[in-house]
Amino acid sequence: MKLTIEVWRQENAEAEGRFVTYRVDDAAPEMSLPELLDRLNDQLVSAGEEPIAFDTDCREGICGTCGITVDDVPHGKVPNTPTCRQHLRSYDDGDHLKLEPFRSASFPVIRDLMVDRSALDRVIASGGYVSVDAGTAPDADTRQIPFQVAEAGLDFSACIGCGACVAACPNGASHLFSGALLSHLTALPQGRPERARRARGVVSTTEEEFGPCSVYGECVEVCPAGIPISAISAVNREAARAAVRRRRDD
Amino acid sequence: MNTFRRIGDRIRSTFGPDSEAVSKPQTDTPDPAAAQGDPAGTPDPPARGHDASRDRTEPPANHGTRGAEGFVGYAGEPLDGNIPDGDPLTAWARRKLEYKLISPLNRRKFKVIVVGTGLAGAGCAAALGELGYNVVSYTFHDAARRAHSVAAQGGINSARARKVDNDSLERFVKDTVKGGDFRAREADCFRLGEESVRVIDHMDAIGAPFAREYGGELRTRSFGGVQVSRTYYTRGQTGQQLQVAASRSLQRQVGLGTVDLRTHREVLDLIVDDGRARGVVVRDLYSGEIEAETAHAVVLCTGGYGNVYFRSTLAHNSNVTAAWRAHRRGAYFASPSYIQFHPTALPVSSHWQSKTTLMSESLRNDGRIWVPKKSGDERPANQIPEDERDYYLERKYPSYGNLSPRDISSRAAREEIEAGRGVGPLRNSVYLDFRDAIGRLGRKTIEERYGNLFEMYFDATGEDPYTEPMRIAPGAHFAMGGLWSDYDMMTSIDGLFVGGEAGWGYHGANRLGANSLLSACVDGWFTLPYSIPDFLAGHLGEAPLSLDHPAVQETMAEVRERTERLLSIGGTRGADHFHRELGEILYSGCGVARTEAGLKDALERIRELRGQFWSDLRVPGTGRQLNQELERAGRIADYLEMAELMCLDALDRQESCGAHFREESQTADGEALRDDDGWCFVSAWEHTPGRDVHPGKPVRHVEPLDFRAVPLQTRNYA
Repeated sequence: MKLTIEVWRQENAEAEGRFVTYRVDDAAPEMSLPELLDRLNDQLVSAGEEPIAFDTDCREGICGTCGITVDDVPHGKVPNTPTCRQHLRSYDDGDHLKLEPFRSASFPVIRDLMVDRSALDRVIASGGYVSVDAGTAPDADTRQIPFQVAEAGLDFSACIGCGACVAACPNGASHLFSGALLSHLTALPQGRPERARRARGVVSTTEEEFGPCSVYGECVEVCPAGIPISAISAVNREAARAAVRRRRDD
Repeated sequence: MNTFRRIGDRIRSTFGPDSEAVSKPQTDTPDPAAAQGDPAGTPDPPARGHDASRDRTEPPANHGTRGAEGFVGYAGEPLDGNIPDGDPLTAWARRKLEYKLISPLNRRKFKVIVVGTGLAGAGCAAALGELGYNVVSYTFHDAARRAHSVAAQGGINSARARKVDNDSLERFVKDTVKGGDFRAREADCFRLGEESVRVIDHMDAIGAPFAREYGGELRTRSFGGVQVSRTYYTRGQTGQQLQVAASRSLQRQVGLGTVDLRTHREVLDLIVDDGRARGVVVRDLYSGEIEAETAHAVVLCTGGYGNVYFRSTLAHNSNVTAAWRAHRRGAYFASPSYIQFHPTALPVSSHWQSKTTLMSESLRNDGRIWVPKKSGDERPANQIPEDERDYYLERKYPSYGNLSPRDISSRAAREEIEAGRGVGPLRNSVYLDFRDAIGRLGRKTIEERYGNLFEMYFDATGEDPYTEPMRIAPGAHFAMGGLWSDYDMMTSIDGLFVGGEAGWGYHGANRLGANSLLSACVDGWFTLPYSIPDFLAGHLGEAPLSLDHPAVQETMAEVRERTERLLSIGGTRGADHFHRELGEILYSGCGVARTEAGLKDALERIRELRGQFWSDLRVPGTGRQLNQELERAGRIADYLEMAELMCLDALDRQESCGAHFREESQTADGEALRDDDGWCFVSAWEHTPGRDVHPGKPVRHVEPLDFRAVPLQTRNYA
């Protein structure tokens, strides 16, 4: 199949970006989006041009590295599917695709389709962990965790940290990401002793780094890990709870 | 002529300096067949009963069998794995007692570089940070949490032995050693099993939501190669959950200031001075800046090299560069040819397909594997009548059938494909058919069991496995080989440690399912944090090399020079062209089954391809910017060297063991024939300088393997 692809090209963070139109004449329905870019880059390198920079790694939807906005939708046409699992069979011969980076004030462009998502890691570093040193943990079988509780924790910890929720949000909020982080550790007993402390850290960094949430729900439309929308309420709930706990950590 | 030289005092003869056998050559005959016997006139090899003070079984006599004379060099003395003497069951406890300690106040005076943030690297960096050391942690990813441990699905084994299914530490070791076809270091497996208990507790405590029973206890399941239930898991995303938890622990240390995490930086060389690892040279992938960092010790947790095959189950960016650069600086590489091919990977369907995504092995519980009896049968699967189908696994291995182990299933599939009975547009796959299971159990049950996998298959191929059979093919998966290290995980370079898949040791010639997450976690959290301080303790008061030290400056200059060279070739082809071609050479020459002729042919083609690479590569752009083509080119240049060593190792090892199947070494009914008299050792290869773009002849060192708790026996699955 023949495709026309409009791609955002930007040399570096400071440079002005622009769309450049390319054609791929031998695209095939079984190709994934990163494979389409591999094909296009091969054309570019053969022609002596600089290839399109894009983030990609596991190519099976679990590492969260890839993230391209396709025709204004983070990750692409198929809902709740990461870029690397979007295939060209969703398109027809002669179609036109527009590829650009995840768009958010919190994600500065590094080059072409790559953005800096380290703000998400700063949220984690501000408290999104359990403070237990290696070797000091109690026997995991002495801590009984009901089946449903473990499953609920897993529903939230499934987040792959790709940042599509931020890119989809008109406000650039990371509440789905931050809320999944809080909900995961709040669901499990392991996370309880520092629940309030964690909430203070995570919520304040979330507010510093990202926009406010207006509960549009655009985030859950694109989330490749299927994080439930209830995650976003955890941000305000945990913040309020932490405020009531005053100086207590738990 | 052997170019063996002593790298440090740690590498000494297994048999001690006063053993009379040391100075004598090993059975030194050019004919490998003759080496099986005891050539007349050669004194008894340094074997059984020479030293009565050691109560370990001495290794089989002929640990010096040679299979690639003329292609490689052979060192005279065996390597010492530095394994504690005595009962392997208590070896780790005794060794820990021997380790020197560093007082909490002195720990901050030491700096350790940890490369990689997967389960081994993140664990090691976090644990050392928790203890109070200064850690510099490098990853080429944009975030620590993205390391490839994240993609493991099945689970993590642990010898907790809580159930009454008669599991135990000894049984864990037996399964692991036997699964590895007796090419692992038994003492390491004991440590792996012993520490596996705490690993589950720790990973649970730092937030991994392990599957639970309705009663609230941890849930386990069974995996291939074992008869007990010892695999802990979190749905089909165990790797992700462990990786997320470990990288958050790492982030905690970053917040506390003990770990300096440097993302988007790729290690391009190791700084070695006076035989000791002193630091690394890295490239900032965003700016192109070449930077150096020095420390008291360096740890490589940089993963496996299965990506050398181009299409593999690995992530796009997984590479061997850091380990390979260390190898070039003097670290021995153990068993490079031991690569596991996963039988249920997706076949290659198009030129541009970039990976062979893994489909869970569990599918083989209900799916039946077959090919048409007639080669070149063009009919769609559903039009091939029952009596024209060959359910070859059920036919060849009636008792294990479709659940035969990974290496055997992969080999059988390859035989069918090579015989022209492969299916699919490229005739490179076999069918995995659920028709009978759907007929017997109903579509609903199959949907419950495998729904997400069927969806994933549909997603990747566009074919509906409910109505037409899946197509699968063996795909390069896990590297059992890696940098050689002693029992303390130190490589043949002083101060250079290795952990996780980048190392070797536990998995022998074939890894058991759910043992890879375990080995990465154990190395990172519960082994390296003990053994590294023992090394550091001898260097209290020393400062790391200053950045203007000649060794640092020279290494940086070499990295810059190599980068410039890659950029200035000015050829016509992008790096991926060479990678793709290399993958094809390796799949056919050094793949699921190997022959002498095939390996020699591959060696020639690799050399030729390497020549082309260095004359016809095109890397657009400059080194002073984000340049993904340059990143790829550097990695592929290393793969082009690595591939040669893999083939040489495979050529040398004239036996079949685990995933390494030499067609010349098989039983009458086509099964792998291991040769314990000739090959019960691990080959650890030393790099030698070569000419032009080609590496020199590597020199093989041998560490004899000693099985005390698990007697040598033949694996049998018929």
